Amino acid sequence: MTKKKAIIEISHLNQFFNVGKANEVKAVNDVSLEIYEGETLGLVGESGSGKSTTGRSILRLYTPTSGDITFDGTNIAKLKNGSKDMLKFRRNIQMIFQDPYASLNPRMKVKDIIAEGLDIHGLVSSKQERDTKVNELLQEVGLNPDHATRYPHEFSGGQRQRIGIARALAVDPKVIVADEAISALDVSIQAQVVNLMQDIQEKKGITYLFIAHDLSMVKYISDRIAVMQRGRIVELSTAEEIYENPLHPYTKSLLSAIPQPDPIVESKRVHTKFDAPEVEPTDNTLRELLPGHFVYCSEEEAKQLV
Amino acid sequence: MESILKVKDLCVNFATYAGTVNAIRDVSFELHKGETLAIVGESGSGKSVTVRSIMQLLDRNADIASGEIIYNGQDLLKYSEKKMNDVRGHDISMIFQDPMTSLDPTMSIGKQVAEPLLIHTKISKKEAIEKAIETLQLVGIDNARERINDYPHQFSGGQRQRIVIAIAIIGSPDILIADEPTTALDVTVQSQIIDLLKDIQKKLKMSIIFITHDLGVVAGIADRVEVMYAGKIIEYGEVNEIFFNPKHPYTWGLLDSMPTLNVKERLNYIPGTPPDLIDPAPGDAFAPRNEFALDIDFEQMPPFFEVSKTHFAATWLLDPNAPKVTPPASIVARQKEFKKLTKAGE
Repeated sequence: MTKKKAIIEISHLNQFFNVGKANEVKAVNDVSLEIYEGETLGLVGESGSGKSTTGRSILRLYTPTSGDITFDGTNIAKLKNGSKDMLKFRRNIQMIFQDPYASLNPRMKVKDIIAEGLDIHGLVSSKQERDTKVNELLQEVGLNPDHATRYPHEFSGGQRQRIGIARALAVDPKVIVADEAISALDVSIQAQVVNLMQDIQEKKGITYLFIAHDLSMVKYISDRIAVMQRGRIVELSTAEEIYENPLHPYTKSLLSAIPQPDPIVESKRVHTKFDAPEVEPTDNTLRELLPGHFVYCSEEEAKQLV
Repeated sequence: MESILKVKDLCVNFATYAGTVNAIRDVSFELHKGETLAIVGESGSGKSVTVRSIMQLLDRNADIASGEIIYNGQDLLKYSEKKMNDVRGHDISMIFQDPMTSLDPTMSIGKQVAEPLLIHTKISKKEAIEKAIETLQLVGIDNARERINDYPHQFSGGQRQRIVIAIAIIGSPDILIADEPTTALDVTVQSQIIDLLKDIQKKLKMSIIFITHDLGVVAGIADRVEVMYAGKIIEYGEVNEIFFNPKHPYTWGLLDSMPTLNVKERLNYIPGTPPDLIDPAPGDAFAPRNEFALDIDFEQMPPFFEVSKTHFAATWLLDPNAPKVTPPASIVARQKEFKKLTKAGE
C-alpha cells in the first residue's frame, strides 16, 4: 500500500465511564489508530468490546477521558460543545445508525429529515434550493423524489436505511461512521445497501468507519480491519491479511466462529475457543509484527507469533 | 422417514387497519422424527407465524383460516386452550430470539426452569428443583447448584439463552421449536449455542424446527431446509440439495447475495422488496423481483415440481416446456459441487 494521508488520527484514546466509582468501565482503553483518507476501515468485535464507543468518540458524542483525536490536523478531543469549531467539525463527519426504525423521527417528513443538516449548517439559501438538493440526494440513494413528502413509516427497512444515508450525505461529509448500519436488514437488502455505500465512496471519496459484528460483510467492504476486544485493538491489518493470516488468538477464535453457507465446510468447521488470560503481561502493546500488520502482545509473544 | 408433525394446507390471516394480510398462504410440510428442519426466509416471509400457529401463540388479530396441524394423530387446531396448555412445554417447546425478554426478571432461574415440571407433572417441588439443576448442568451452566437462586440479570446473554433452552427441554418434549435462537448473540456465543442444541438433540432424541435468516447457521445445523417467501414454501429438500442444487430463483438470489470469504467482486443482490401480502397478486409472488420470470409466473401460481424424492421446488422453470436458463455464476459453481457429491455418494 502506498503511503496514505491519515484523515483521522487517534492517539492513546481512553474513554472510561463511571470514573472513580466502583463500577468504572474502561470501554476504550489506550486505543491508537489512523484512518486513511478514502479508505473503509472495518471495526469488529463482540458486544461490549468498545467498537461503538470508539465510533462515538470519533464523532465526539462523548468527551474523551484522555487522549487525542486529530481530524484533518485539528485536535477535536478538546473542542467544546456548542462552539463554532465544533459545528464546523460536525459537518465533516456523519453517522449512519443501526436501527432504521429508531433513527428517523416518525413525525418528520423525509425531506425535513434529510434537510435538517442543511438547515443547521446554513447550506441552502432558499426553499427551492433546499428541495432541489433533497431531490438530488434521494435520487443518489436510489429513492424516488416523490417520496420527499412522505413519513418514515411508509418505507421498508432497506429504504429507511437509504434515507439515513441521504441524511448523512446532505452536508457533504468527509467521513461517515456506519455503526452496524446493515445488521438489522435482510440478507438480500444488505447487499443492496452495501453496494450503494461503495458507489457513493467511489464517486465522492468518502472515508468509512464501518462498525459491525458480521465478519463476512466486513471483509467484503473493508480495506483494513481492526479487531477490538475488551476496549483494546488486538489486531489491525488489511482485510485479506486478517482473514488469511490472523495472528492474535482472539481474531482466530472470532473467524473460526463464522458460519459459512456451505454444509460441507460447516461439517468440518471447528470453533477454537479463546479465553482471555487473567493477568496480561505488563509489556503488552500493539506491535507491528509484519509490515502493516499490528498485534496486541508482549515482546515474548511477538517472537512466537511470527 | 417417520413423521412426527404434519402441517396441512395452513392459511393464516391478520386483520390490520390497512386490510387483511394473508401471512401464510397454503403451507404444508412434515417434520420427521429426530431431524432438524430449518425454515429460512426474510422478515415477513411467514416463518415465525408458521411455528407460532403450531404452538397457537398468535396475536389476537390473527385468524387461522384453514388447515390442520397433526400431532399424535390429532389436529392441534381443534384443541381447547386448556388441552393446548398441556402440549406446550411438555410435548412441544419453543425458544425465542431474545433471551433478555423471554426470562422473567423477578423470578429466580431455578424456579423458572422447574416451572414446566410443576405445571405438567405431579412431581414434588424439591424433586423439580433437583431436576432443574440437572438440566442446567446439561446446558452448560457452571455451578448450577450454587446459582439456582440467582436472577436472570446475573447471567450473560449466552448463559441466559442456555437457561431458556433448559426451560424448553426440562419436560423432555418431542419437538423443540427454535425461533432465531442465536440472532441476538455474538458469533462466538452463537457457535456454542448451536453446538449445545446439536448435543442435546442427540442425547434427548428430539425433533427440531429451527428458524433463521442466516444461511450459514442453516448449513451447520439442518438436515432438511424449507425456504419461505411471501407466506409460502417455495422450495424444500435435504440440506445438500438446497445448498448445492437449488432450483428456485429466490433460493439462487438468497445464496448469491451472501458475500463469500474469498470473492471480492461486486455483491449480487435481489432487486426490489418483498411484496405486500394484503391482497397479493396472482401468480408467483417472487415474479416481480425475478430476472428469470416467465410470463406464466405473473398469472398462475407454480405447483411443486419434483427434483428428487426429497427435493421439491415451486417454480415454472422446472416445467418441461420452460426455456433453459443459466443460474448466477455462484450457483453454477455450487451445482458442480453437487455433481461431485452425488457421484461420491453412489
